Amino acid sequence: MMKIDKDKLILGAAGPVLALVSAFLLTAVVLLATGVDPIEPIRLMIENASYEDVQVLIINQTGTYYLAALAVAIGFRMNLFNIGVDGQYRLAAMLSAVVGAAVTLPGPLHILLIVLVAMCVGAFWSGIAGILKAKRGVSEVVSTIMLNAIATALIAWLLLPKNLGVQPEGSNDLTTGDIAESGWFPAVSMGDSGEIYGFTFVAFALGILYWFILNRTRFGFDLRATGASESAAQASGVDAKKMILTSMLISGAVAGLAGMPTLLGDTHTYSLSFPVGVGFTGITIALLGRNHPVGIFFAALLISFLDKASASLDQYGYAKEIATIMKGLIVIAVVVSYELVRRYGIRRQQQKVGEELAAGGAMKTEKEVAA
Amino acid sequence: MDAIPSAPALSFLPSAPSRRGECVINASSPPPAVELHGITKRFPGVVANKDIAITVRKGTVHALIGENGAGKSTLMKILYGMQKPDEGTIAIDGEQVAFNTPADAIARGIGMVHQHFMLADNLTVLENVVLGGEKLYGIGAKARKKILEISDAYGLGVRPDALVEDLGVADRQRVEILKVLYRGAKILILDEPTAVLVPQEVDALFDNLRELKAEGLTVIFISHKLGEILKVADDITVIRRGTTVGTADPKTATTKQLAELMVGSELPSPETRESTVTTTPMLKVSDLTLTATDPDGVVREVLAGIDFTIHKGEVLGIAGVEGNGQTELIEALMGMSIPDGGVISLDGKDISTVPTRKRREGGIGYIPEDRHRHGLLLESPLWENRILGHVTEEPNSKRGILDPKAARKDTERIVREYDVRTPGIEVTAASLSGGNQQKLIVGREMSHNPKFLIAAHPTRGVDVGAQAQIWDAIREARREGLAVLLISADLDELIGLSDTLRVIYRGRLVADADPATITPEQLGSAMTGAARGHLEQDENAAGNGSDSAAADAPEDEAR
Repeated sequence: MMKIDKDKLILGAAGPVLALVSAFLLTAVVLLATGVDPIEPIRLMIENASYEDVQVLIINQTGTYYLAALAVAIGFRMNLFNIGVDGQYRLAAMLSAVVGAAVTLPGPLHILLIVLVAMCVGAFWSGIAGILKAKRGVSEVVSTIMLNAIATALIAWLLLPKNLGVQPEGSNDLTTGDIAESGWFPAVSMGDSGEIYGFTFVAFALGILYWFILNRTRFGFDLRATGASESAAQASGVDAKKMILTSMLISGAVAGLAGMPTLLGDTHTYSLSFPVGVGFTGITIALLGRNHPVGIFFAALLISFLDKASASLDQYGYAKEIATIMKGLIVIAVVVSYELVRRYGIRRQQQKVGEELAAGGAMKTEKEVAA
Repeated sequence: MDAIPSAPALSFLPSAPSRRGECVINASSPPPAVELHGITKRFPGVVANKDIAITVRKGTVHALIGENGAGKSTLMKILYGMQKPDEGTIAIDGEQVAFNTPADAIARGIGMVHQHFMLADNLTVLENVVLGGEKLYGIGAKARKKILEISDAYGLGVRPDALVEDLGVADRQRVEILKVLYRGAKILILDEPTAVLVPQEVDALFDNLRELKAEGLTVIFISHKLGEILKVADDITVIRRGTTVGTADPKTATTKQLAELMVGSELPSPETRESTVTTTPMLKVSDLTLTATDPDGVVREVLAGIDFTIHKGEVLGIAGVEGNGQTELIEALMGMSIPDGGVISLDGKDISTVPTRKRREGGIGYIPEDRHRHGLLLESPLWENRILGHVTEEPNSKRGILDPKAARKDTERIVREYDVRTPGIEVTAASLSGGNQQKLIVGREMSHNPKFLIAAHPTRGVDVGAQAQIWDAIREARREGLAVLLISADLDELIGLSDTLRVIYRGRLVADADPATITPEQLGSAMTGAARGHLEQDENAAGNGSDSAAADAPEDEAR
C-alpha cells in the first residue's frame, strides 16, 4: 500500500512537471522561430523576481488568483465549468465597493459587510447560471460566458456618474467613491518593499477550508461523487439538481471574494482600472493545480511570477507578451499531459491488479471448487 | 451462467435429428475454415490468451464456451483483427493470414455480430445495412434487392424499410447478421447472441443458423449457456483461464460435463431449498403508475397498475424482456423518479415521496443493473466506493464529518469477507474485474443490514465463483428476514432464487408463476406477452390484463 501511495504522488507530480517543461520548451521554440534569444528573457524574469518589492507584488497577486482558482476548482470538482468567475468577480467587487463606500461602520463590521455583499453578489450572478442548468438544462459554459458579457455592460452602466459612479475631479476615471478607512483590511508591512494584503492570508485559509469540506464532510463527498458520476451519485441519494445549484452558488461566492484582496488592501474603490481577466487566469491555475489546494497555490504563484516578473522585460528590449505566450502554452500542455498521465496511471494500476491476482491465481481456483 | 445442467434445458431437443443430418453433409470439406494455433495475448490486468488452438470446420456451427472472463472475447477480437496476438498463427481456409484491422478480417470473409448491437435507431433497416458499405451494391434498388435475396436465402425475414427503432431485440439481431452477410462474410462470429433473447427467440435464431450452415457458411458461436450450445453446435471448444482446455462432441456430451470442463468444477446452482417466507409484509406496492414523455412529446405509461407485496424473508423475482419497465420500477422504488400514482410502503411506512437518501437510510439496499453507471465511482478508490450511497451512515461518517479511517477499515473487512480480489483498497474501482466490483457492491449493501434489497441482475457479467458467493449472500440475508426484489435476465437464476415470480410486460405485471413448477420456456412465452395470468393454469388470475393489445406491437420492446 505504501508503494501505491508513492506511485500516486509521483504520478500526481508527473503531470504538472511534464506540462511545465513542455510549455517552457515550446516557448523557447516560439522565441527561436521569431529570432529572439530564448534564454535571456527567462533569466531576466528570474532576476527580477529576486527583488523584494517584486516578490511582494507576486504574493499579493497570488492571493487574488488563488481565490479565483478556488472558485473555478469548486465547479470542476462538481464537473461544472464556471467560466463566469470573471464576471462574478467584477460585479461583486463593484457592488461591494459601492456598499462599502456608502456606509461607515466600526472596523471589523465594515469589512465583514463588504465581504458578505461581495459573496452574495457573486453567488447571485453564478446562481443564475445554476438555476438555468438545474431547471432547464442550459449548459453552464454558455450561460456563464453570456453572464460575463452582461456583467461587463451592467458594470459600465452602473459606474456612470448618473447612477452609482463618481468621477473624481480632474480625472477621466470613474470610481465608486472611496471606502472609509474602517473598511480597509489590515496589511502586513514589508518596509520599503510595500505591504502584503491581509486578505491574501484569508485566501490561503480558505484553501484549507476547501480541502476540509471536500474531503472530510458528507457534503463534500456528495459533491465529488456527483462530479465523478452524476448517475451514481443520484442513485446514492444525492439530489443532483440541488447539488448543481449549491455548488454554483458556492463557486460564485468564492469568485466574489477574489476582488477583496485588491479592494480591501489597495484600491479601496472600484474603478475603470480595476484588474480584469482574473477569472480566466483562475481557470488556468485550477487546471494546472489539479483542483488541489496545494497545487493551486503553486500554480497561482507561478502565474503571478510570470505576470509580475515579465512587466519590466520591455526595458530590456523583449516583449513582455512572452509571458502571455507561455501562459497559453501552459494551458495546452496541461490538458494534454494530464490526460497522458491519467491514462498511463489507469493502465499501470490495472496491470498491477492483474499481476497481483495472477500471482494468487492457483489458490483461488481451490476456493472456487469449494464454492 | 444460466445453463445450470437442468432437466428443462435438455428436454426440448426436437431439432436434434435435423442437426445430425446436416452434420453428415458438411463433415467432408477439408481445409478448415479457421485454424488458430498457439495464440497468445498478454494484457495488463485481464486474463490473457495463452497457447490457444482451435480448428473450425467449414459449414459447421462451432461453439466456443467458457465462463465470463475466460478470454473468449479477446480471442474473437484477435480473429476479427481488433487485437493483434503476441504469438501464434491464424489460418483462414488453410491460408495463413495476419489481420491488422477489422477491415482486413472482413476482406477475408469474417464477420462479427457484437453482443451489443451497433445499429442507428433512427435509420431504416436498409440504411443501416448499406451504411459504410455503400460501395458494394449502392444505396438504392440494387442494395434492396440484395438484402431481400440474403434475407430469403437464410430465412431471416428482414423488412428493409422498417425503422430500426421499431424492431424488437430479435429482429435487430437478424439485421446485424444480415449486415455481416451483406458484406460477404463466410465466417460469422456471434458473441453471446442469446443473452438478450427469450427461449422462443433463441429457437428462431438457431433455425437461422442452421440455414446459414446449410448454405456452407461457418458460424463461431460464443456462449456460456450450455443447454443452448448442445442444441446448435457441431463442435465445442472449451476455454478456461485463457487457454483451450478441451473439445467436446455435442452428440454425447452433457451439460454437466461441459460445465466441469468450463470451470474446472461443478457449477453452482441458484436453487434455494427451504422456504423462509414469513407473513410480515416488508415492501408493499399498490397501483404504481409512472408516465414518461418521449422526445417527440408523446406521453406514455411506462408503469401501470403495479401491485405486489414482498414479505420478510421472501425473494420476489421479476421476469421480463429488457425495456419493459424494470428500470423504471427500480427507479420508482429507489426514489430516483417520482411516480404519477400509487403507494409504496416499506415496513408499514409510506415512502412514496421520500427522497432517495432517506429511503436508503430507511433500509433499502440496491444492487444496480448497471454497476458502472449507478453503483460505483470508477476512478475513485475502493474505500470511497464503500462510502457511496451510505455517506450518512456509520461507519462512514459522524455528524456530517467523514471518518475515512473507519471507512477504510470497514472496506478491508468487506474485501476480506466477500472475497474481493484486489491488491488493496486504495486502487480505483475501475481496475477491478466486473465480478470483484460486484462483490464489493454486494458487500457494501449488505453491510448496512437492509430490510429490503433491490437486486437487479446481481450476477451479470460475473464469473462462476463470484456468482456463487453473491447467491449465498442473498440467501443468507433472506434467511434473516431480508425481503428481496430480484430482477434478472437469467431465467435459471430467477427460477432458482425466487419464492414468487411475476412477469413484467410493457409496464404491467401480466403473469405470475410458482418457481417450483415453472419452466424457462413457459416463463419465456409470458415475457413476450403471449401468456398471461397465473401460468400453467387458467388465464384469469392476476387481473392486470386490461390492455389486451396484440403481442406484435413493438414500440415498447424496441426501447
